[in-house]
Amino acid sequence: MSAGGARMLRRQVVNGLALGLATLATLTGLIALVWILATILINGAGALGPHLFTRATPPPGSEGGLLNALLGSLMMTGLAVLLGTPIGILAGTHLAESGGRRWIAEAVRFVNDILLSAPSIVTGLFVYEIIVQPSGHFSGIAGAVAMAMVLLPVVVRTTDETLRLVPVSLREAALALGAPLWRMVLFVLYPAARAGMMTGLLLGIARISGETAPLLFTALNNQYLSFDLTRPMANMPVVIFQFALSPYPAWQQLAWAGALLMTLFVLLLSLGARFMLRPRRG
Amino acid sequence: MSGMAIARAAPRARRLPWGDRLFRLLLASAAILVLALLGGTALAIFWGALPAFLHFGSRFLTGLAWDPVRQEFGALVPIYGTLVTSAIAMVTAVPISFGIALFLTEVAPAWLRAPIGAAIELLAGIPSIIYGMWGLFVFAPFMADHVEPALTALLGPLPILGVLFNGPPLGIGMLTAGLILSIMVVPFISAVMRDVFLLVPLALREAAVGLGATRWELVWRVVLPQTRSAVMGGIFLGLGRALGETMAVTFVLGNAHEFSASLLMPSTSIAAAIANEFTEADSNLYRSSLIALGFLLFVITFVVLALAKWLLARLSAGEARR
Amino acid sequence: MKSAIAALALALLSGFVPGFANAAEITGAGSTFVYPLLAKWSDDYSKQGGAKINYQSIGSGGGIAQIKAATVTFGASDMPLPPADLHEAGLIQFPAVIGGVVPAVNLPGVAPGALRLTGPALADIYLGRVKTWNDPEIVSLNPGLTLPALAITVVHRSDGSGTTFNWVDYLAKVSPEWKARVGEGTSVSWPTGVGGKGNEGVAAYVQRIKGAIGYLEYAYILQNKMTYALVQNAAGRYPEPGKASFQEAAASAEWSKTSDFDLVLTNAPGDGAYPITATSFILIHRTAGATGAVKGALDFFRWAFAHGDASAEALDYVPLPASLTAAIEAYWQANLP
Repeated sequence: MSAGGARMLRRQVVNGLALGLATLATLTGLIALVWILATILINGAGALGPHLFTRATPPPGSEGGLLNALLGSLMMTGLAVLLGTPIGILAGTHLAESGGRRWIAEAVRFVNDILLSAPSIVTGLFVYEIIVQPSGHFSGIAGAVAMAMVLLPVVVRTTDETLRLVPVSLREAALALGAPLWRMVLFVLYPAARAGMMTGLLLGIARISGETAPLLFTALNNQYLSFDLTRPMANMPVVIFQFALSPYPAWQQLAWAGALLMTLFVLLLSLGARFMLRPRRG
Repeated sequence: MSGMAIARAAPRARRLPWGDRLFRLLLASAAILVLALLGGTALAIFWGALPAFLHFGSRFLTGLAWDPVRQEFGALVPIYGTLVTSAIAMVTAVPISFGIALFLTEVAPAWLRAPIGAAIELLAGIPSIIYGMWGLFVFAPFMADHVEPALTALLGPLPILGVLFNGPPLGIGMLTAGLILSIMVVPFISAVMRDVFLLVPLALREAAVGLGATRWELVWRVVLPQTRSAVMGGIFLGLGRALGETMAVTFVLGNAHEFSASLLMPSTSIAAAIANEFTEADSNLYRSSLIALGFLLFVITFVVLALAKWLLARLSAGEARR
Repeated sequence: MKSAIAALALALLSGFVPGFANAAEITGAGSTFVYPLLAKWSDDYSKQGGAKINYQSIGSGGGIAQIKAATVTFGASDMPLPPADLHEAGLIQFPAVIGGVVPAVNLPGVAPGALRLTGPALADIYLGRVKTWNDPEIVSLNPGLTLPALAITVVHRSDGSGTTFNWVDYLAKVSPEWKARVGEGTSVSWPTGVGGKGNEGVAAYVQRIKGAIGYLEYAYILQNKMTYALVQNAAGRYPEPGKASFQEAAASAEWSKTSDFDLVLTNAPGDGAYPITATSFILIHRTAGATGAVKGALDFFRWAFAHGDASAEALDYVPLPASLTAAIEAYWQANLP
């Protein structure tokens, strides 16, 4: 009894210790999150104001905002979504619909997962070589292509995964009714998998809106508001990067304000994506 | 599996209506494009790296020197820095991620699981440049003022381990970079762990609990052995991220092309060296050497991610068998 | 109401469209050092009806690489290219603005400008040979100063940089050992020390580490109110860094004897010349005639040399002396007929 009791006690202590440490680990993660967010909030909140959205980035010693960078990022992100999403959805559909057996689908799936985690600076170098250098100038288009390359694998993967979750019976019913494959995919599969695919897109947008490395050698940056996608285009990450390391307090303030806006935007997207996902999981 | 059903249900290409043939072509070409993009990236990088590989040969991999003035480039220090920072990241991130997964599946009350899980996943959403700014302006000073002096005082006198923790408390260096990396990969590893822990069949859990196992024993003896390969896959996934992370590391690693045993000393990593130096590389050989570093990173992450995929695939294969 | 909307639309259009009307939008890239000033000049110039000049800081090496790849209209570099390289790449080169690189220290109890160092002493510190602040080599230079027995932590730039180029160029000129062991370039193989990313990174480490010494662009010293050390010049004096001493270095330089302004201002002669004075150079393609974007860029610099002095001084840069801008105009006429 006493030996067994001691053993039981020891097991209980180990159990308590392990679960306590698990709680501690979770707290560590949460503290890191709060610490980072608080840093951004404290440094950025003071610089928030309507001027951020009405004026372009200033030269040192003047007042200004982030209008050109915000619009530039918005336009390039939009173009990247237009480029990356259709290709990503089609490729993802191919993976989901051609079965797990074909070597080519396996190869693409494998390659796509590599692309998903590939260092984005390498993507920037690639786009520099294939677009910037041949065309003779940095451009918003090059930036958008680099962003699309980062977005693409996210869309491919989520499309593949969510389409494979659609019940087989649904497909077979459609095909048995004589619907051609493309109608089945377009009118049965996509509506059924819509929430999951939207989630993927939102996560992809969240990912590309914070990327600095692929834009440095592609979109470059622009001091002025510009809507010409064939020219260098302002964007948030590069502006934040340049201003954060400048000697001028006004620029550093703008960098923190930009960091706050960017973080809020990205986190809202991630939360939105989770919200969309929930009904499917529940 | 559903895909196979389609392949069976749909007749082969010849008898397909033209609309479907076109559609399949469209799907396949999109998939090929994805393949081509990676192939193209790899090829372009290899092409750019070729002059450095031809000029230095195997010396590029084993060389210690990184001297732009004498045009002598060796990748050993960046490789070392990449591996050490990633190792620090994994050593801290794996137990923390396991703890979080344990907390989310066994400890937390049901209503708390979703919000805390979401909060941890938010860490993955914070852009890397934000980690860099926080690292340089907040975390590095904190390490220099509070953590590193304590570590040196506590662990510095130890015989062998001490070497790792001796040195001036600069705040920048491999330890700080590794810890920031670990914060960045924790959400990925913990999400995989949590998801696969939840995949363990309820019957197994109930059996273990019915036999009187504590919750820790349930996880350690039943859940973890069941999901071992997927957990390893998640760890490798995190490792792949840590190896290639650029912006955050660039701010806090110090970019010193120098070997040092102490984790408190600055070093450099492959990605940080590229980010720091690419814009200033003023000779073709220098540029090519940096691209060659990129190629090495590409190969290393490729191998690690391939390993991750293989390990994760083993779990689903095992599931299919059950 | 309708007319108000039309007016608004017109106003918006006129705000955005100049980029199209003025077909050649001009992009420049390169040196981080001149970025704040070029941004300011560009803003002033466009407000006075000039073209919009978009300059981006990607580093001097990047500026050289991008102008060679012809992805920008002009590049900017803190390191001059030798004439042979210029001709091979079909480029011309001229200075744009002058500044200085200043050593910053973290020595409790030492006032800004109180510490005096010679070039060889700086070289010995950066070679890792002088390891503490009370080393006889430093003490003998500062008889009135009590220096602590503090270890010296050398801070340098981690990224390649024109600031680094001017710093190590100076060390190579005053220390044969530095020249032989380390050499000069935008990035070098440092014998000792820690690297900070950008001027900001170096400033952050110097402020944080007791006993640290680092080198910074003058503007960062001023903006961050850092403790700086004086450096002995070629005439044996210790001039304060600033407009007067930078300008004297620029004036003492014999630009007329160079081709393509290939001259580094470090260790310039002259009693009041600051020893680590740095110049930023602009690189432009040598075209058959100054047309289109190239003409636009030259017009911009012509305007800046004539009207940009006040802006430059407000940002702690030193504008070029009049004799030099006249020489540059002549150089343009000769090379871009």
